Amino acid sequence: MERHILHCDFNAFYASVEAQRRPELRNKPLAVCGSQEERHGIVLTANYIAKPRGVKTGMAIWQAKQYCPDLVVLPPDMGEYIRISKLAREIYEDYTDQIEPFGLDENWLDVTGSVGLYGSPMAIAREISRRVKFELGITLSIGVADNKITAKLGSDYRKPDAITQIGKDNYQELVYPLPVEDLLYVGPATSKKLRAIGISTIGRLAECPVEVLTRCLGKMGAVLHMFANGRDISPVQKSDHIPNVKSVGNSATTPRDLICDDDVKLMLLLLAESVAARMRELASRCTVVEVSVRDTVLHTFTRQRKLQVPTCSSTEIAQTAFELFRAHYHWGLPVRSIGVRSAGLVEADSGVQLSLYESDVKRNKWEQIDRAVDTLRQRHGYMSVQRALMLTDPQLGRINPKDGHTVHPVGYFGGS
Amino acid sequence: MEERKKQYVPVVVRFDTAGKMRPVLIEFDEEHKYPVDKILDVRRAACQSVGGVGDRYTCRIQGKESYLWFEKGRWFVAAKR
Repeated sequence: MERHILHCDFNAFYASVEAQRRPELRNKPLAVCGSQEERHGIVLTANYIAKPRGVKTGMAIWQAKQYCPDLVVLPPDMGEYIRISKLAREIYEDYTDQIEPFGLDENWLDVTGSVGLYGSPMAIAREISRRVKFELGITLSIGVADNKITAKLGSDYRKPDAITQIGKDNYQELVYPLPVEDLLYVGPATSKKLRAIGISTIGRLAECPVEVLTRCLGKMGAVLHMFANGRDISPVQKSDHIPNVKSVGNSATTPRDLICDDDVKLMLLLLAESVAARMRELASRCTVVEVSVRDTVLHTFTRQRKLQVPTCSSTEIAQTAFELFRAHYHWGLPVRSIGVRSAGLVEADSGVQLSLYESDVKRNKWEQIDRAVDTLRQRHGYMSVQRALMLTDPQLGRINPKDGHTVHPVGYFGGS
Repeated sequence: MEERKKQYVPVVVRFDTAGKMRPVLIEFDEEHKYPVDKILDVRRAACQSVGGVGDRYTCRIQGKESYLWFEKGRWFVAAKR
């Protein structure tokens, strides 16, 4: 049976939300940027006045201002963006229960079962577009197709405030000329490989023999060949679908460069606390700890170690991460950002091999302390209880990685 | 269009037994307190003139229709400057 999939994508989401609530800014070039003081000073979203003047996502603020000196720079208000995103979801829920978010501003909707009630998929798309404009004051681009990949190409096809239907009749005409990078999962590395064998458009990719692609890209070659031909069978997940979490991680670009082991130790503890707290929320423990380090020239490396016994103790995670760091980083350059990830998650109450030695008792005690801290923070706020070490450096110590962390799109294939 | 500003206002609200709320009195300022005669419509809406997204109450006040908005737990009107 043919499916009807919509891909709804807000236009310049953060900037549109800001312009909606501040009408005086509606006719000005706008960019929502990370905070300069904390050194996330890059453009997160630019509006449709700033974009044609050369302001692009990912640019440093000073760069953007060179293109557009009268650019209005606003700090992000994630709370508000999440609120608007939830309200949009409420609108979508009137039409289907199969809604799969991809970041805050994109959603796939499977409306196959709703066409009897609400009319054609195009009619539903128009209705959603009208309601979002009226109820939320922002615009979106909607792609209508029979699968998720093509629907996404449709929403990218015309912006802002547009609806594009891509079906068998116009697929080749609309999609074939598009650059191959427009296809989901063709990133810089894949693009380079494809262009090296003369594939620069989606059409070329679609017509290329699949054997050539698998030789060049491995099994992803076959997947991309399917995608390019408008064939994708992956379902739109139901709204109540909770993906199996495989790992929990937190990283931070610090307000200042880290220059010594003490700085790193503090940051690792801070991040480990958040990672451990989130694992406890998921009722799981980890068996692998991973640390990732990026220095001031943006060179990145990642190292991981398997643990003897599963844990959700922040101290133990931080210690392991710190040992990994000490073993692999030799302070050629200061560190710009650092991350801790716990992987190999197991259920917290699954069987554990006990040890004959006292480390178990100690671990239990630490976990109990962590849990008490969770409760305190839940009641009285994150800063109500802190490790004394955090007070030695107020600039680093006041970061709240758990609630301050941003929402990134999860991977298309359901992993993360 | 006439220029307007977003003005947050104190509102007396009645909750019925089902938890539904109904604005009863808008206290625009000390001298101007307006009883809400009737709620004609409630819907989610974006306020174009002064910005904001929330529940829009269409109220009849002294024979005239006007909008009262409920956004993130606060009430506002688009007041004349």
